[in-house]
Amino acid sequence: MRSLKFTNLMLVLGLVFIYLPMVILVIYSFNASRLVTVWGGWSVHWYTGLLDNAQLMGAVGRSLEIAFYTAISSVILGTLAAFVLTRIPRFRGRTLFGGIVTAPLVMPEVITGLSLLLLFVSMSQFIGWPRERGVMTIWIAHTSFCASYVAVVVSARLRELDLSIEEAAMDLGARPWKVFLLITIPMIAPSLAAGGMMSFALSLDDLVLASFVSGPGSTTLPMEVFSAVRLGVKPEINAIASLILLAVSLFTFLAWYFTRRAEKKRMEGLREAMESTTAESINERDVERFTAPPTNS
Amino acid sequence: MNLKKLFDGRRLVIGVPFVWLILFFLLPFAIVLKISFTLADVAIPPYTEILTYADQQLDIALNFGNYLMFTEDTLYLDAYLGSLKIATVSTLACLLIGYPMAYAIARARKDLQTVLLLLIMMPTWTAILIRVYAWMGLLSTNGLINEFLMGIGLIDTPLRLLNTNFAVYLGIVYSYLPFMILPLFANLVKHDLTLLEAAADLGASRFTSFWRITVPLSKNGIIAGCMLVFIPAVGEFVIPELLGGPETLMIGRVLWQEFFNNRDWPVASALAVVMLLILIIPIVLFNKNQAKEMEGKL
Repeated sequence: MRSLKFTNLMLVLGLVFIYLPMVILVIYSFNASRLVTVWGGWSVHWYTGLLDNAQLMGAVGRSLEIAFYTAISSVILGTLAAFVLTRIPRFRGRTLFGGIVTAPLVMPEVITGLSLLLLFVSMSQFIGWPRERGVMTIWIAHTSFCASYVAVVVSARLRELDLSIEEAAMDLGARPWKVFLLITIPMIAPSLAAGGMMSFALSLDDLVLASFVSGPGSTTLPMEVFSAVRLGVKPEINAIASLILLAVSLFTFLAWYFTRRAEKKRMEGLREAMESTTAESINERDVERFTAPPTNS
Repeated sequence: MNLKKLFDGRRLVIGVPFVWLILFFLLPFAIVLKISFTLADVAIPPYTEILTYADQQLDIALNFGNYLMFTEDTLYLDAYLGSLKIATVSTLACLLIGYPMAYAIARARKDLQTVLLLLIMMPTWTAILIRVYAWMGLLSTNGLINEFLMGIGLIDTPLRLLNTNFAVYLGIVYSYLPFMILPLFANLVKHDLTLLEAAADLGASRFTSFWRITVPLSKNGIIAGCMLVFIPAVGEFVIPELLGGPETLMIGRVLWQEFFNNRDWPVASALAVVMLLILIIPIVLFNKNQAKEMEGKL
């Protein structure tokens, strides 16, 4: 029992360690005083001030736009990758494929950022595209690395899925793409939603990749915050930082909620299946269903 | 017929993500390698071409100078060693703090478990920049930590906490701790607890059964967690830039400065190539581990 108490203590301390600095940051964003270390009473002054900062608001808009595109594209790309990894056991280059799907998860961002920038520069030199760097190039960079996160989440779900449903549909003559769209996709929908939320949050947060591949005039929110933060702690930054924390937490919560709901559904489905197979009456019920005249429903 | 084969579903499904990743993940490394052999130049883009075609003659100008410079100028060597040291120590600290936390979550009640997992997950995808910034306020000379320590009379004059190596360690452990906990949890939660009961019945102490059963069984979780912390920490830029001092030499920061401040793209590329060579073994290790996990072989 003693070791259990030790781990629980560590857990509580660890959570305090993780959350306390964020809580303090949010509290201090309501500080009326201009001096960040002196408490001068509560105020929302710094929040209302943000709205007048046109440059910052432009960056917010740009970041949200990129995050939105990234969420959509990385879910598509990541799901395809996860499907290939879990459903297609053999094809040429499979090991390489597995490697380049998971490597972006750990690759240091400075390397990815630099290499993508050099790619874009070379491409524009040789094929004239992309003509300028901006929202488009940041979107490509974010999609590449968020797709890996989506692939991990979705492949976990695909692995748990009962293959017999897909096989049954195929036996009944459905084309593979139809099975995928009508059977697989609805069953993994919650993890797709989770992956999308996750990509949105990751994209909204990225500084390093965006700094490398953005062009003049396409500053994103983290870049804006970073250049201000470099000069020290400021109350305006406390306010915008709190808002970012709030936004990202919200998306993480939604991602968590979707996966949890899927889990619940799966457990219920499992329980139902178990009940129906163990129940003696199953045969009778099935016979009844088969012999009963079709209703109009 | 050929056209049909080309657009056959299976090929398309494999091809789309494959081509995307080769184009935007693999190919760029080849370009980095190429540019690391060029010379910095005042031009757009700011480097010389390796292959030039003039007077009906193909010229190849490979420049190894960028790599040779690393052996001459100790700044780069120190930065690599500094990065490796900071990443190693931080990874171990994350493991020591994260393992008991993951263990506690894995053994918690089911309903509590989902909430605890959310609390750990929340910061993993969220705003590293913001969380590092939160520490800047806490660690500064007139920040809360110094005020607290002076308030309880432990110190008389404020300590210099911000812009030190200590702050960098703290920042990395703080930012990457959740990445250690999640794979450890995923592993620990799958353990068969009857094994521990059997060990206890056979007279093993709690510590023995933990050390000889739980730890070996969680090997894959430990590898995944350590790699998720170690590899990105080696190339970390934001944390040493904001929390570190002038003496904090980390390669990600040096690369950034070479690229953005000195505009020396070839040197930055060479730095990236060497960093990748150092990290290739951990990355392959991580990939193998992850591939097993993804294909459900564990």
